[in-house]
Parts: sequence; structure tokens; C-alpha cells
Amino acid sequence: MTARLMQGDEACAEGAIAAGCRFFAGYPITPATDIAEVLARRLPQVGGKFIQMEDEIASMAAIIGASVGGAKAMTATSGPGFSLMQENIGYACMAEIPCVVVNVQRTGPSTGLPTSPSQGDVMQARWGTHGDHPIIVLSPFSVREAFDLTVRAFNMAEKYRTPVILLMDEMIGHMREKVELPPPETIEVVERVITSVPPEWYKAYENTPSDVPPMISFGQGYRYHITGLFHDERGFPTQRLDEIDPWIARVFRKIERNLRDILIYETDQVEDAEVVVIAYGATARSARHAVRLAREQGLRVGFLRLSTIWPFPERIVAEVAERIHRVIVPEMNLGQLALEVERVVGRRKVIRVGKANGEMIAPREILDAIGRG
Amino acid sequence: MSERYEVRLAGKGGQGMILAGIILAEAAILDGKNVTQTQSYGPEARGGASRSEVVISDGEIDYPKVTQADVLLCMSQEACDRYCHDLKEHGLLIADSVHVERTPDNLAVEVPLTRWAEETTGRQITASVVALGFLVGLTGLVSRQAMEAAVKARAPKGTAEINLKALAVGFEQAERLLSSRRGR
Repeated sequence: MTARLMQGDEACAEGAIAAGCRFFAGYPITPATDIAEVLARRLPQVGGKFIQMEDEIASMAAIIGASVGGAKAMTATSGPGFSLMQENIGYACMAEIPCVVVNVQRTGPSTGLPTSPSQGDVMQARWGTHGDHPIIVLSPFSVREAFDLTVRAFNMAEKYRTPVILLMDEMIGHMREKVELPPPETIEVVERVITSVPPEWYKAYENTPSDVPPMISFGQGYRYHITGLFHDERGFPTQRLDEIDPWIARVFRKIERNLRDILIYETDQVEDAEVVVIAYGATARSARHAVRLAREQGLRVGFLRLSTIWPFPERIVAEVAERIHRVIVPEMNLGQLALEVERVVGRRKVIRVGKANGEMIAPREILDAIGRG
Repeated sequence: MSERYEVRLAGKGGQGMILAGIILAEAAILDGKNVTQTQSYGPEARGGASRSEVVISDGEIDYPKVTQADVLLCMSQEACDRYCHDLKEHGLLIADSVHVERTPDNLAVEVPLTRWAEETTGRQITASVVALGFLVGLTGLVSRQAMEAAVKARAPKGTAEINLKALAVGFEQAERLLSSRRGR
């Protein structure tokens, strides 16, 4: 494939198509509207369905329904819309419904700055819906990675029967850059696990050795119940502790035992580093620029870029921090993922470089923090 | 770090600054270069401040925004007042004299881009394409061939011809300016 100029939102939409997404429901909102625009055109071309819903609550409900019906499904929104989706995201967590929710972050709270970037929804992506639940959150730093991580988001959603949140930001969503997409035949696409047992034996929430119960679409002759209440293996409401506790343990275990597949990150020059910059999303671009400038000045600075931010990659962060004095965490908020870094690096100094005014953090600001002792 | 070339195109919403950035970026790709294009604008569709930034490099581009512009195009007074200080030393400032009355010093190239556009195509909106031709003509940032191909590919249906005309006028005026300076 040849190189072309492409927007992050467009790459996300194309990634969804490549991953097998055949259903999109959404409500337009800057800076995520471009994703819906592309999919409104592209989905019908591949036999998929696009629906503009009345709001984000309904959009989230629609993709849950589509997924239960057997389609790989996605919605895309930004800040205020993401807030509205939270209740149904919890439903998808409880009912173990694979789906992808894209949040192209803009500056908040409320309608905030619609056309400006932010990374203010890091904690909301983790804890926005109530109750204890595992969740996977991926955050791309380039147009190409917006494509790749959208594919990975679908794969993880289907493989682990879970909602996956793709946490983009306005900078990556609206930015255009030169990109070459991978040839379709080289893209790994994962389908959900189904079963060959007869309908009368099927248990939609069975405790299987893999911890991921096979999922049969509605309409296939298999009858089961789906609810937001705690449920037994057949999906019916329960208050029995011997059914609730195994469920909780299983849904956390199915994520934790697959961290090797789920955690995506990249390290650069950490071997001899005295200082390490940890960044994700658009800010990772400023961070990498700052690290290069610092190396040119002879400073021993390394870089850890996180593509998966939830579950938080504790082990790699702790490992990288073990050999160094200081960690710099730049992010377009006033310190959200930095809290996690502080939690795992022990007594090493963590310097936050935060900004929540809609401006991207400049390399110079990170370089200043590197120089600060 | 590989050489970065930073271009900032600034004006008002509706003047085509973002599309101009996209065209310049696509021309850079046709020339085999790496490129990023970003933008900043308000929630309104027309009238608010609008700017488009293009970073071109032979190497990888990390930070996609302008740090200090090599070239600044100003299509409004507000844009000029706001961004002229972020220009590199010996950077190029191009101001459309139809919209910009005051520039910070004598180094600015003040030319009537919008008037040239009106005279050539009868449409003010083509001023952004005239500006691109002029900018590329002065800097040689990308090849003329790539610019023509990029304009043709992005021009709204039925307007390729007038946009190519607008581009050509920009190149001609740049050539005229360069040869007059050489003559001195």
C-alpha cells in the first residue's frame, strides 16, 4: 500500500473495518465526528450497518445489542458523550459483552473546549462506571497506531468478552500525517469463542478453564438470559455468594492472566538512563522529542511509551524505575496516570508535567523538567 | 535530529487555511517526505481565528506542532499580531496586504494575495491557493509538480482548473519578486 495523508479519526475508522467491525452506533460530537463520517460511508460498502442514535446513552445500548446479535460493534464519542455512556459501559462489563468504545478526548469538564486536546479522561475510562470491574484501555500516539490499536481493541474485546476503550485525544484524532497501512492479509483478526455444545447444555456464563465463556449470538437457537444484575452461570439473577464470588474472581482473572497479550508498550534507551520519561497518547510525541533533545545534550534519559494504560502496566514501570533516580510523567491533565506511577515506583522522585488548558505540552516543557534536579 | 521545516498558515475560519495545509502536506508526501498537519480553530464554522500547521522533514516527526515557524502566512491582522513573534530568525513572513495593514518590521513580504486571486479567478476563496503557490515559489519547500498534483486532487469538483490558475499566479508572482531582488 502506498503512503498517504490520513487523519487519526480516519485511521481509527479504517482499523475498525479491518478488524471486522460491522456495526456502528453513535451521536456526532467534535472531535470524534470524523470517525462516524467515515464509517457512515464505509460500513455499507462492506455489508455493515451505521446508525445515528438520538444520544450517547442509546448509542452505547445499540452496540451492546448488536454485539449480542453477533456483530463486532463500536461507538465513538468525546467527553460529554463518554459521561453519558458510563452506565451502559457497566452493563457491558457485567454482561461480558465485547464492544469497542472510542473516546477522542477534548478539554473538559462539561462541553469545555470542543476543539482542543486533553487527557483528562484517564481515570474516567478506568472508573467512570460504578462498581469494581476490570477494563482495558488503549491510547494511540500516532495515526498509524490509531489504526493498529483499533484492531487490537476489537481483538481483545472479542477474545476476552469485555468492553475495550480506545482513549484517543483531539490531537491524534484530528492530526493528519503520512501513514502506510498494513496489507489486509498481514492483520491479525480474532473472532469470539463459540461452542459446539447443544443448546440445552449451553451456559452463557460458565466457568471455563480459559475464564472466557463461549458466546453464542441471539437468534442461533440458544436460550439464555442477559442482565446487569449479578447472575449465575445461566445468566439468571443471583444473590448467592458462592455464585457472585467466583464470577468476580473470573472476570478479573481473565484479564490478569493475559497481561502479556494485553499490555502494549515501547521502551527506548532505558538501559543506561538516570531519568525516564513515561508518556502516552499525543503527549508521547512531545516526550520523545524532548528525550531526543536531552540525549543530544548528553543527558542520560530514557523513554517508556505506554499504549495500554489500563490495566496499568505496573511491572514494566517498576522495572524501568528500579535503576533510575527520577521519573517524569507529562500528561494533558493535572496528574492522573502519574498517580499510578507514584504508586509503583516506591521512593523515586516523580515529576509531573501537567496541563489542562487545551494546549499540547511542548517538548521544551518536558526538557525543563528533565533538567530540574 | 533531522531538519524540520515548520509552516504556519493563519487566518480566519472560511479562508481555507486548513485545506491549504492539507494540500501542502499531500504535496510533501508526493515528494517523498514525512509530514504532519495539525490545526487549531474555534467552535464556529466561519469568522473565528483559524490556523493550520505543517511540519515537513526527511526524518521522523515527533512533535507535530510548530515550535518556531520557518514560514508564516498571515491572512488576517489578528493572525499577524498573534503569531509574528513565533517566527524563526530569518524566517519568512508573508502577509496578505488586503487583510493585513500592520506588520512588525520591514522584513515581511506584503503582497495582495486576495486581489491577485480575484483578478485571476474572480473568486476570493482561491486566495489560499494563490498563497500556496507564492509560498512554495519563494521557498522551494516542495516541487511545483507535486503542488499541482495535490491541488488537482483536493480541489472541489469542477474547480480544478481555476485552482490551478490560482496556483500558477502565486508561482509567477514569487518568480517576479525573486528576479527583482536578484536584479538589485
